[in-house]
Amino acid sequence: MGFWRHYVFSTDHKMIGLQYLFTGLVFLLFGFSLMMLMRWQLAYPGKALPLIGSWFGESRMPGGVMLPEFYNQLGAMHGTIMVFLAVVPIAFGAFGNFVVPLQIGAPDMAFPKLNAASYWTYFVGGLIMFASFFVPGGAANSGWTSYAPLADIATMGQTVWLFGMVWLITSSLLGSVNLITTVVQCRAPGMTWMRLPFFVWTQLVTGFLLLLAFPPLESAAVMQLMDRLAGTSFFLPSGLVISGQMLKATAGGPDLLVGGGSPLLWQHLFWFLAHPEVYVLVLPAMGVVTEIIANNTRRPIMGYRALVFSAFAVGFMSFLVWAHHMYLTGMGTTMSTFFQTTTVIISIPSMVIMAMLVLSLWGGSIRFNTPMLFALAFLPMFGLGGLTGLPLAFGITDTYLHDTYYVIGHFHYVVAPGTIFAIFAGVYYWFPKASGRMMDETLGKVHFWGTLVCMNVIFFPMFIQGMAGISRRWYDGGATYDLAKNYLHLNAWMSWGAWVMALVQVAFIVNFFWSMKRGRKVSDNPWQATTLEWATPSPPPHGNFPAMPTVYRGAYEYSAPDCAEDFLPQHQPPASATMGATT
Amino acid sequence: MTVEIPYGVQERPDTGLWNAKLGMWLFLASEVMLFGGLFASYATLRTYAPDWPKGSDFQNIPLGTFNTAVLITSSITMVMGWASLVMGQFGKFRLYMGLTLLLGVLFLGIKATEYRGKFEHYGVTLADGTVVTGHVESQDASRVVLLPDAKGGAAHEPMTLARSQIKRMIVFGPWYNTYLALYFTLTGLHALHLLAGVLVNLYLWGPGSRMWQREPERFTHRVECAGLFWHFVDLVWIFLFPILYLL
Repeated sequence: MGFWRHYVFSTDHKMIGLQYLFTGLVFLLFGFSLMMLMRWQLAYPGKALPLIGSWFGESRMPGGVMLPEFYNQLGAMHGTIMVFLAVVPIAFGAFGNFVVPLQIGAPDMAFPKLNAASYWTYFVGGLIMFASFFVPGGAANSGWTSYAPLADIATMGQTVWLFGMVWLITSSLLGSVNLITTVVQCRAPGMTWMRLPFFVWTQLVTGFLLLLAFPPLESAAVMQLMDRLAGTSFFLPSGLVISGQMLKATAGGPDLLVGGGSPLLWQHLFWFLAHPEVYVLVLPAMGVVTEIIANNTRRPIMGYRALVFSAFAVGFMSFLVWAHHMYLTGMGTTMSTFFQTTTVIISIPSMVIMAMLVLSLWGGSIRFNTPMLFALAFLPMFGLGGLTGLPLAFGITDTYLHDTYYVIGHFHYVVAPGTIFAIFAGVYYWFPKASGRMMDETLGKVHFWGTLVCMNVIFFPMFIQGMAGISRRWYDGGATYDLAKNYLHLNAWMSWGAWVMALVQVAFIVNFFWSMKRGRKVSDNPWQATTLEWATPSPPPHGNFPAMPTVYRGAYEYSAPDCAEDFLPQHQPPASATMGATT
Repeated sequence: MTVEIPYGVQERPDTGLWNAKLGMWLFLASEVMLFGGLFASYATLRTYAPDWPKGSDFQNIPLGTFNTAVLITSSITMVMGWASLVMGQFGKFRLYMGLTLLLGVLFLGIKATEYRGKFEHYGVTLADGTVVTGHVESQDASRVVLLPDAKGGAAHEPMTLARSQIKRMIVFGPWYNTYLALYFTLTGLHALHLLAGVLVNLYLWGPGSRMWQREPERFTHRVECAGLFWHFVDLVWIFLFPILYLL
């Protein structure tokens, strides 16, 4: 196989997983950079950005001072890139592709060509999103939620955003069809449903969420495109007045907009995707953390069945909570009551999962390596994110907290020190499988502690600011608002937290590339793990397993009694069977 | 170097499925949600609208009914094509698949005619507030000659309207009203799906059918998957026709 076949147009699930990983990590860094720029404006509003401020041109940062329009672009694209181009592609595209076929004992995904197509549609979607910064008026600037009617009348970047989303939705459709089919059809002999590693379960549920939640956003995107390009009024109400003028249709035909559309309809369709999307971000993270905790506590995971059923309960309920994002839209108290109830119900299975993971630590002999540190930190950080969600679940408290920094803090505790920690944990944990080498522990620990401290410096003050009533939409971070004056000093802390965190990531980047070439070489199963991905050479060959493995037991047989070692791999034949063979 | 994927052609004993069949059903589930989002939007917008036009104000019902019949017939020929393959009759498959293709193209042709009709049709609001709809016979800078739609046996005489009389004059495009916006979005998306189905069927009827010689079972599976998609697109129309033409 030539270079192009092997590294670029590959249909091997492991290579596609790595393509997702690399592309996703680049977008993760890019999305983070957008936020670092915004943090300058928030900490030092109206001041010229030193050194690099002049790079952005007169249309974005004249004299190094950020324009509000550019700030809005950065905000919208930070959300879009982080969710759709970084975290989901890594958590589902990279880990799902690389690990799931190995863990279920399959030679590849069920549809290898579709898999490559899924990556390339994602790649094109990413390019379109990136290119949107350079169209007239800049990138989309109506928030990552693209609320109508604002987004309907926004600059051209919004149209590009919608086209980009269509590509990304197509990619996730292909990916989820492929992953679900793989798990259902390609499990090795003996790999019954209740022997699947929990990570595979979380990926399966995630696959269903992507499959069923994304299409309504696609229909919404089609309608918004019609509004923007064909002069329809799906999301435009009658008599919309902008800058003192009745809104005119953009398309050639009519002079006057017909109106009669519903801005709320967009929100319903958007959140019908975007709430399950939160669980798309979280469930794979829980799966990664479960694998690592089981491996590093050297004991069976607590309540495996409860975990599986909870993952399904979370997945199902996630389709019934979307309008808790919309308490303040005037949709009515009956609707609010329903969605408050479902929102509180969904916290039960989530808490079951968290409780099982915490209880799994009890009585374990814990190994504190880098992946385990990230996995352990996931528990309290995600827990904080989850618990701070409770006041947002109730309409009466949400009325006050809505659209403040409290919401930003809540969401980022779930996803940044939550899911992104799980992503780091997974990278450190599966790195030896993908490369045959270990990542450096010292640099790993520098990366972990630095990131943990900085994450909290960035996000914890948001709760304080939010409770003080500081809005997430203020371009100057609240400098011109009287109510914010006692909390403004926190802005600089948060910003410096973000910039220092960027420095800390250098440890990860150096470690990643250095270890690929010079890391310590390790055996096929360096963590003494039980699951099937460790039953094949590192890196696994094309086709994964030299011989089709047979599975004899559950996924987490650690410290089993009457066993010489403290782990019993899934593919190891039972002692009696071996004896039967020898006698 | 290719990897042999298990259950690509044979059924997996415990699930009773081969891979592509499951994949196709999952894809269709996703499609249900795609059209579901649009149907839900239709219901929402129509519920909130103060008034809603009748489908017959804009549509030719007999033509739409005929097109529905065309599409349902194409589903029958599609399943006959697949059944012919199961019975090992490749010639009959070619015949039925060919018929399916022709019917699909006929549906798209009629749809195109309907679309063109919309773009030749105008709604004219006069200065006194009355609305007249019809075809434009001729127009110049000062006046418009309009042939109004015949309604309830009313006179079918061309009207000459001075430009100064006309407050608003727009064609029946998607911008005309929310009903037509939904009509164009829903039927447009449906037509794109049908076009995709025609292209796939064309491939299976033409160059793709060579697979029959080498791997007849795999080829039959392909036709079955294409058929599942075709029936789904047909089914979407079964819902679109009443909500856009009859209700």
